[in-house]
Amino acid sequence: MPMNEEFKPKIVAFCCNWCSYAGADLAGSSRLAYPADVKIIRVPCSCRVNPMFILRAFEKGADGVIICGCHPGDCHYSTGNYYARRRMAMLFSMLEYIGIENGRTRVEWVSAAEGVKFSTTMNDFVAKIKSLGENVRLGDIRCKN
Amino acid sequence: MQELINRAKELLADGTVARVLGWKKGDMSYNPEVAYFNNAEELEGFVYNGFCAANLSKYLIEASKLEGKTLVFLKPCDSYSFNQLLKEHRIDRDKTYVIGVGCKGKITVEKIRDLGIKGIESVEIDENCENITVKTLYGDKTVAYADAMLERCHVCKGKEHVVSDEVIGESRDTVDAERFAEVERIEAMSPAEKFAFFKAELSKCIRCNACRNVCPACSCRKCVFDSTKFDSAQKANVDSFEEKMFHIIRAFHVAGRCTDCGECSRVCPQGIPLHLFNRKFIKDINKFYGEFKAGEDAETKGPLTNFTFDDVEPCDAVKGGN
Amino acid sequence: MLKIAKVDLSKLYAAIAETADLFVPAKTAGQTNYTLWSDETVVDMDTLKTVKSPKDVFFPQSENLYTVNKVDKKYKITPEELCNRDFVVFGMKACDIQGVKVLDKVFLSNPVDSFYKARRDHGTIVALACGEPEESCFCKVFGIDCAEPDADVACWFVGEDLCWKALTEKGEALTAKVAELLSEGDESAVEAKKAEIRAIVEKLPYSNLSLEGWHGDATKEKFDSPVWDELYKPCLACGTCTFVCPTCQCYDIKDYDTGHGVQRYRCWDSCMYSDFTMMAHGNNRTSQLQRFRQRFMHKLVYFPANNDGMYSCVGCGRCVDKCPAHLNIVKVIKAFQKEEAAK
Repeated sequence: MPMNEEFKPKIVAFCCNWCSYAGADLAGSSRLAYPADVKIIRVPCSCRVNPMFILRAFEKGADGVIICGCHPGDCHYSTGNYYARRRMAMLFSMLEYIGIENGRTRVEWVSAAEGVKFSTTMNDFVAKIKSLGENVRLGDIRCKN
Repeated sequence: MQELINRAKELLADGTVARVLGWKKGDMSYNPEVAYFNNAEELEGFVYNGFCAANLSKYLIEASKLEGKTLVFLKPCDSYSFNQLLKEHRIDRDKTYVIGVGCKGKITVEKIRDLGIKGIESVEIDENCENITVKTLYGDKTVAYADAMLERCHVCKGKEHVVSDEVIGESRDTVDAERFAEVERIEAMSPAEKFAFFKAELSKCIRCNACRNVCPACSCRKCVFDSTKFDSAQKANVDSFEEKMFHIIRAFHVAGRCTDCGECSRVCPQGIPLHLFNRKFIKDINKFYGEFKAGEDAETKGPLTNFTFDDVEPCDAVKGGN
Repeated sequence: MLKIAKVDLSKLYAAIAETADLFVPAKTAGQTNYTLWSDETVVDMDTLKTVKSPKDVFFPQSENLYTVNKVDKKYKITPEELCNRDFVVFGMKACDIQGVKVLDKVFLSNPVDSFYKARRDHGTIVALACGEPEESCFCKVFGIDCAEPDADVACWFVGEDLCWKALTEKGEALTAKVAELLSEGDESAVEAKKAEIRAIVEKLPYSNLSLEGWHGDATKEKFDSPVWDELYKPCLACGTCTFVCPTCQCYDIKDYDTGHGVQRYRCWDSCMYSDFTMMAHGNNRTSQLQRFRQRFMHKLVYFPANNDGMYSCVGCGRCVDKCPAHLNIVKVIKAFQKEEAAK
């Protein structure tokens, strides 16, 4: 990447169909701005997110991955996000353990009514990733350029 | 050892069991292999000594499909794997007869070689498992038993069998190291150091899958990494991200189910300390969700198939990562 | 016969590396494997056997074949360039060199594998006689003399020196490049060393293993033997034996989706794996017994049948050392001997 060009991070957001995906929709229809660097992938529940999805995203060149689900207690399937919470805690801790910078992964609970929270969360996350810079440790060299 | 053979013969003779799963003498003194014994005559080849490190519990998945009961010898640590497999309904308890065998720590010829000993002709272990006499082409050597012991035995889980029909033989306390010391040492490193450490270790990986295939917790009929529809270079060692992904995901898949039996590290042809991944998960689980020993019983819910309403948030788990 | 003092070896490595890539056994994270030499490399000539054989250098575990990229709605195919840089492999043992000869039979016969051939053409092998053969070695069984490796250059460690003898044109060319560092050596000292090595080989436990009954015409008899029924049972179905083997040559071809194109690569495959030679109709070998049998039948029966009696085992003993289940080709041969004797 040329030095003078501004770093445009690639961000993958896994959003639960029942809450944060609708939250993103609300953010859009409320005309709240969030960076275009965020690519949303809709999942039926935050607990659908397999740790492999996250590693795959990094491998293929993502600089940050965020998982958005319903607030604990509000899961459409009653308990999915509780399981997701444990899994992600384990995975994030492991990523830190093998030397991946803290902060490239995040979990946020965003309801369908929280368009504002969705927008601020994304702005905040993108700013964080920008400060961390490009993901060089997890990307696969074959997926570059 | 003779006691084990005699008991096995008895159980075969009275029809309690149809076969015996144990270890057979190898062609060298240090390479016994896992074997089935179907009659008293075959049992003459049975062996049980310090080199019988193989955890037999995973073999019982296949043995459970056979006619009749299988007699199996389990060391204290193997009994945890056995329980875990029972919990996952991979072993049929009614098809197994478990004899818990005493264990004084297991050794491996690799460790003896690491001490610079070459051309080993024979290895003799003294009665109390204190010293090993190694006869080599280049002279005789004596090695302290503890120096040839597997890493897992230095942090042994205990002398008790958590499941057994009967116990034969004494076990010995072999603990002389702190189980999580190495994990803590890595946690204290800077991200760059951690990354360099794991890169150096994992770039040795040849993707032979020995760690997966030996692992009693890896009992899926078809592994996700073997799927032809799955976009992974499962056999290629592309010295980049794939190895890390394989090992992280493998450790993740067994998180909360891994009994820390140490077989993965024992079998790795490149000597990668794979237990460091599993132990990190165990440490985290203990810290965040309460002390948990996989395989301690065959009923409790595993930590990752369970939850409480006020679990730690993933981001806080990382911040408080020490 | 030429020589160089052991202490000057780093100078020799540096001199070779000036004109060619140099591969040496080196220790990284506790294990010795062949690596590309650089100033920082910790060369390890003392370890007899690297974990992986040096076949990697000629036939890498994974290598790219071509890349497809999408450019302006069109696909652009870029074949991978063939090896075009000279390289030297330093320290190969006699068994590993025989391993390369086995690979030659496969990859240099028609149709010629251009990737492999390019590497063979550009590679010079500097062999090292085995100073201290180990108990798992059984190269003698296959008629290999580890005291006198047959390569471009043969070397011996004698006392404080490394003795050096060029055997081929390539070897002469390399010798000429590093001639400044070499001085006249003592032929008789090397002969004494050879005798010493051969005496040790005689004492190795596997050196007198008999291969009787293993030949190209034994297919039916060996294939149908009931010995396999019990023999395979401890096998974990991992690929350790095949991946550390200097002669295993099976590979798989796969595509890697890079997100903006496809990389077609080949990587070693193992007959121990459930998806080995998988085809649209399914799989040829559906049980581990069949897979296990395949490996040893290939080494000791099928390969000699197709290659004038040449076995595709070289007795390096890596599988003996590394099999997690302590199962190996020696035990297979011995089990059959036992069966024969029982008859």
